[in-house]
Amino acid sequence: MSAAPAYGEDKGGSAGPGEPEYGHDPASGGIFSSDYKRHDDLKEMLDTNKDSLKLEAMKTIVAMIARGKNASDLFPAVVKNVACKNIEVKKLVYVYLVRYAEEQQDLALLSISTFQRGLKDPNQLIRASALRVLSSIRVPIIVPIMMLAIKEAASDMSPYVRKTAAHAIPKLYSLDSDQKDQLIEVIEKLLADKTTLVAGSVVMAFEEVCPERIDLIHKNYRKLCNLLIDVEEWGQVVIISMLTRYARTQFLSPTQNESLLEENPEKAFYGSEEDEAKGPGSEEAATAALPARKPYVMDPDHRLLLRNTKPLLQSRSAAVVMAVAQLYFHLAPKAEVGVIAKALVRLLRSHSEVQYVVLQNVATMSIKRRGMFEPYLKSFYIRSTDPTQIKILKLEVLTNLANETNTPTVLREFQTYIRSMDKDFVAATIQAIGRCATNIGRVRDTCLNGLVQLLSNRDELVVAESVVVIKKLLQMQPAQHGEIIKHLAKLTDNIQVPMARASILWLIGEYCEHVPKIAPDVLRKMAKSFTAEEDIVKLQIINLAAKLYLTNSKQTKLLTQYVLSLAKYDQNYDIRDRARFTRQLIVPSEQGGALSRHAKKLFLAPKPAPVLESSFKDRDHFQLGSLSHLLNAKATGYQELPDWPEEAPDPSVRNVEVPEWTKCSNREKRKEKEKPFYSDSEGESGPTESADSDPESESASDSKSSSESGSGESSSESDSEDQEEEKGRSSESEQSEEEGEKRKMKKKKKVPEGQGEGSSSEEDSDSSSGSSESERTSETEEEQVEPASWRKKTPPSGKSAPVAKEISLLDLEDFTPPSVQPVSPPTIVSTSLATDLEGLTLTDSPLVPSLLSPVVGVGRQELLHRVAGEGLAVDYTFSRQPFSGDPHMVSVHIHFSNSSDTPIKGLHVGTPKLPAGISIQEFPEIESLAPGESVTAVMGINFCDSTQAANFQLCTQTRQFYVSIQPPVGELMAPVFMSENEFKKEQDLRGGR
Amino acid sequence: MIHSLFLINCSGDIFLEKHWKSVVSQSVCDYFFEAQEKAADVENVPPVISTPHHYLISIYRDKLFFVSVIQTEVPPLFVIEFLHRVADTFQDYFGECSEAAIKDNVVIVYELLEEMLDNGFPLATESNILKELIKPPTILRSVVNSITGSSNVGDTLPTGQLSNIPWRRAGVKYTNNEAYFDVVEEIDAIIDKSDDVSFHPCIRFKRWESERVLSFIPPDGNFRLISYRVSSQNLVAIPVYVKHCISFKENSSCGRFDITIGPKQNMGKTIEGITVTVHMPKVVLNMNLTPTQGSYTFDPVTKVLTWDVGKITPQKLPSLKGLVNLQSGAPKPEENPSLNIQFKIQQLAISGLKVNRLDMYGEKYKPFKGVKYVTKAGKFQVRT
Repeated sequence: MSAAPAYGEDKGGSAGPGEPEYGHDPASGGIFSSDYKRHDDLKEMLDTNKDSLKLEAMKTIVAMIARGKNASDLFPAVVKNVACKNIEVKKLVYVYLVRYAEEQQDLALLSISTFQRGLKDPNQLIRASALRVLSSIRVPIIVPIMMLAIKEAASDMSPYVRKTAAHAIPKLYSLDSDQKDQLIEVIEKLLADKTTLVAGSVVMAFEEVCPERIDLIHKNYRKLCNLLIDVEEWGQVVIISMLTRYARTQFLSPTQNESLLEENPEKAFYGSEEDEAKGPGSEEAATAALPARKPYVMDPDHRLLLRNTKPLLQSRSAAVVMAVAQLYFHLAPKAEVGVIAKALVRLLRSHSEVQYVVLQNVATMSIKRRGMFEPYLKSFYIRSTDPTQIKILKLEVLTNLANETNTPTVLREFQTYIRSMDKDFVAATIQAIGRCATNIGRVRDTCLNGLVQLLSNRDELVVAESVVVIKKLLQMQPAQHGEIIKHLAKLTDNIQVPMARASILWLIGEYCEHVPKIAPDVLRKMAKSFTAEEDIVKLQIINLAAKLYLTNSKQTKLLTQYVLSLAKYDQNYDIRDRARFTRQLIVPSEQGGALSRHAKKLFLAPKPAPVLESSFKDRDHFQLGSLSHLLNAKATGYQELPDWPEEAPDPSVRNVEVPEWTKCSNREKRKEKEKPFYSDSEGESGPTESADSDPESESASDSKSSSESGSGESSSESDSEDQEEEKGRSSESEQSEEEGEKRKMKKKKKVPEGQGEGSSSEEDSDSSSGSSESERTSETEEEQVEPASWRKKTPPSGKSAPVAKEISLLDLEDFTPPSVQPVSPPTIVSTSLATDLEGLTLTDSPLVPSLLSPVVGVGRQELLHRVAGEGLAVDYTFSRQPFSGDPHMVSVHIHFSNSSDTPIKGLHVGTPKLPAGISIQEFPEIESLAPGESVTAVMGINFCDSTQAANFQLCTQTRQFYVSIQPPVGELMAPVFMSENEFKKEQDLRGGR
Repeated sequence: MIHSLFLINCSGDIFLEKHWKSVVSQSVCDYFFEAQEKAADVENVPPVISTPHHYLISIYRDKLFFVSVIQTEVPPLFVIEFLHRVADTFQDYFGECSEAAIKDNVVIVYELLEEMLDNGFPLATESNILKELIKPPTILRSVVNSITGSSNVGDTLPTGQLSNIPWRRAGVKYTNNEAYFDVVEEIDAIIDKSDDVSFHPCIRFKRWESERVLSFIPPDGNFRLISYRVSSQNLVAIPVYVKHCISFKENSSCGRFDITIGPKQNMGKTIEGITVTVHMPKVVLNMNLTPTQGSYTFDPVTKVLTWDVGKITPQKLPSLKGLVNLQSGAPKPEENPSLNIQFKIQQLAISGLKVNRLDMYGEKYKPFKGVKYVTKAGKFQVRT
């Protein structure tokens, strides 16, 4: 069983590098120990160009590392293989490198370039793995390289790489804490990430690097709440713990209104009288001091957190359940905390280590909120097979839960425990009985009788423990218990446990007037055995002697002097001191005497009865579930759980200005399929948005009201959204093509959700962004109203601009924009429909058709790319007007531009091959298009109400291009103008919305 | 978070160490050994130990200690949960989580540990993803590997990690598509009110909350879908009863031991796999018993009596009778030992729970579906 020799042996093994590696443990089978090779052999194997030999060598080396043996002298041979093609060799080399790079910094630098190359790899997994290893090499000289790599990876388009970047942040921070400021920037950036993959890891980085920067969380708070359920379990724990702290700084205590709601039935049920009294003093005081305070209303964000974490009580992970439980304990109104009890009780069926931790926390909770666990009393009953440490914790909980009504049951259970073979547990049970007796007056006598019976127990430990507890109980009402004291006095002959002997002596001394005959006799016996006693008993003998001397000096004077003389020469200085002190105090002397006159008062003053308290009392000043709580001591890196603020900080800090672009995020699209499956409450960034996207989700509608109460800002957000939508309709198309493209794509994504409410768009949102405004041609009444409202909204749109741009980069890789293919028939009808519908607006006054007239720049589609067209680029737009020649035709604007350096001549439509019913009215031939010049022509197409493509040829003098125009459904509709009221009527008729 | 991990066997050998940050010397385990000595009993080693510079959080699984080294504040359950996940993974990969299995597969173990934590923070812990990254060993594969020198590391880059449903690898394809449900119920001796459920992360909470339907994308392979806790105030039918008579005579070196087991409310099903385990008091030296069926063993060192009963036939109830030899001169035990009973009832879910129907969406094929019910004894203790 001795561990030390084995350990020494191991250490010996690792001490001498290069010594032959013999498996010193014959039990370690396998291929690795059977043929431990000398390091030289390994080096040789690594130098060959056979992958199988390299692999075998690496496996041997890794096995050595696993056993804690030193393999550092192989570093040069191993590091050479860092670029090996074989993936397993490479992996094992990485393992080796991370383990030894710190010791061999110069050589480790040789491998860096391999990883730098890996960072640029087109495969995201290779990029991630390169960053992972690079950041794990603890070599200070590469800090700048790591910093750069992390920064780049943080904006990688792969969420997996971004996750790896988040993991790398704490690594770099621990290597060089001077990088903190730069790292915080990266953290800030990654916190804004909306993918579940990144969320947990970046919060972890936040907690390790800058947990004090709570301000970074504001903008991401709602998103984190909404994402939480889809984050992996480990991330959930970290996020919940951080949000608990956040909530404590940002919201008001939900318990402060409880005193106002005294009649609350829930409360009557849960809060027993102690609960009330023991409630956090600060809170009560705060309420008392501010009676005029407006009634407490929970911040909707506070509610959001509680609501979104609650389902996680059903997680399979004990750590997540505990995290939610502590969140509820620290943040929820009293009436709601109860829900966690059931989940915690469920965890008691888990592994014993889990039980151990959970019971510690339940013990703390059950002191504050006893009512919560009362229904589960029986779940804490103890099995004889439970480990002792679990038994003792359960006992603690049972004791905390005992009250007037259930004590008989609890005590009956305790009786069973007292007969247990596990003596530590029996001792703890006796203590527990003592606590029940002190806390619940009604059962005190029953308990005392039970304990007295235990005094005749055969086991000395049981007796001793009982004595100690009885002593404490007797202090409460000594007068009635002379008999018990006598009984105890007799025990001094037999009982040897020092603590018990000391307790009996103290009791006899303290209540010597109740046992006047026995007390001197006890002292006599003790004086005899004084020298053989334990220190703690000796001190009590002195104490007893002093007290008897003061009350009954006639009988005990000599005995006392004898005891004091013995004590004077004791080996222990405490005892010598005590003897000297006592003698001065009780024996009147000529000089002083001032004190000895009061000696009786000093020794026999009535003493308050001890309070038997749980060791878990007030442990909840540590955040529950934390290591610090478990140890009841502050662990390194523990973040204090702040007290609730007196006044709530500004809630509007959590409003998010740019809810729009989250919609376009990568993940949104990627997840499109599973998202509706797993998250009902969609919107990530802000409440307003989630309300739009999912009307049936209760959380969304709720949080909508939150943002409204918060500030006006959020409502303007939605305006700016509308505003963007409107842009296309009224603006002149001088904007660059690119921008148009971008906007289009944005709309595509947005509209499916906006469809339902698009009709309500207000007039004042009918504005457009700065660039197009100045180029307006038509001035209408509307537009004169507009500038004012536009200015009002400048800040949000101004802010949104750069962000939107950044995101559009991501969009590009998600949506292959139509411009890439010359022929791009929109395949998904719904999206194309959306593109069409966005242009339709409603106003009270019918718009003059001329206003719409040349609508260019909206939905520009590419007909012919300039590369394919050898310099000729052709776009087309649907102008949304009836074609002047033929009312059945749709007018299509064709934009030609010549980007070559020679003029293009004789542009015309060649012989069309058209499906049945489709006809084309060609545009007049364009004779010449000079380099750099653009020209627009109008042609009419009758699509015959189908979405079939019209295929035709575009001919120049020298070339022919086959092109095709496929109309989105919406473009086949004829525009109709109607007032809003008319529209609503129509809508109702068709049962829309 | 998690700094290092040491695996220690029952005789106190550290047979594997893994560091995710700087190396922590093995000597830190001395604090653990100290605590272990103090605890006397393996299951009483405190799971959390504080040392001057580190904290040690450990679990005890399958006769092994998994001791992790922590340097800063971290929820202890986070670490404990993770360590159990590691042990589960070993079990999953090697069929058992034993010192021999770990030593035999030390490289795979190392690779697994490397993937499971990055800088001490969990990275890939789902078995589906891990199996894509690192193939579990099979006899065939190890033969092939030793001949061809190929590896256990997946040569295709895994995609599961990139998915939002980390528990299911992408592109699962089989010739037979089957979905089996094992409903395993365990009866604890003390059963109380109200049901309670915990879920695999694949289950969609909202759907459960609103419709009480379990809707999920299943992981590939075996997994625990839900755990539930059912009970009712009116005592749930306890399927067995035990008649017992255990007595020790004062001042004599022997005692009597007599137990009989019978079926009760078994709903027409056979109760099988019955095992009775009794932790006898320390003063018991040996036992001389006669079982009417099955076989019994008594370990004089641990004082554990195990009686493997098998099936109950109502015509002839199984019993175990005989004498107990006590250490002479020692006082008789004050308490009779509790009996721990294990049993199994096939084709019965004692709570009445049923898998009502299984619908599958989004795939064209129809899987074979099967449901099996088993009721088992959980922590079933009879006080005597």
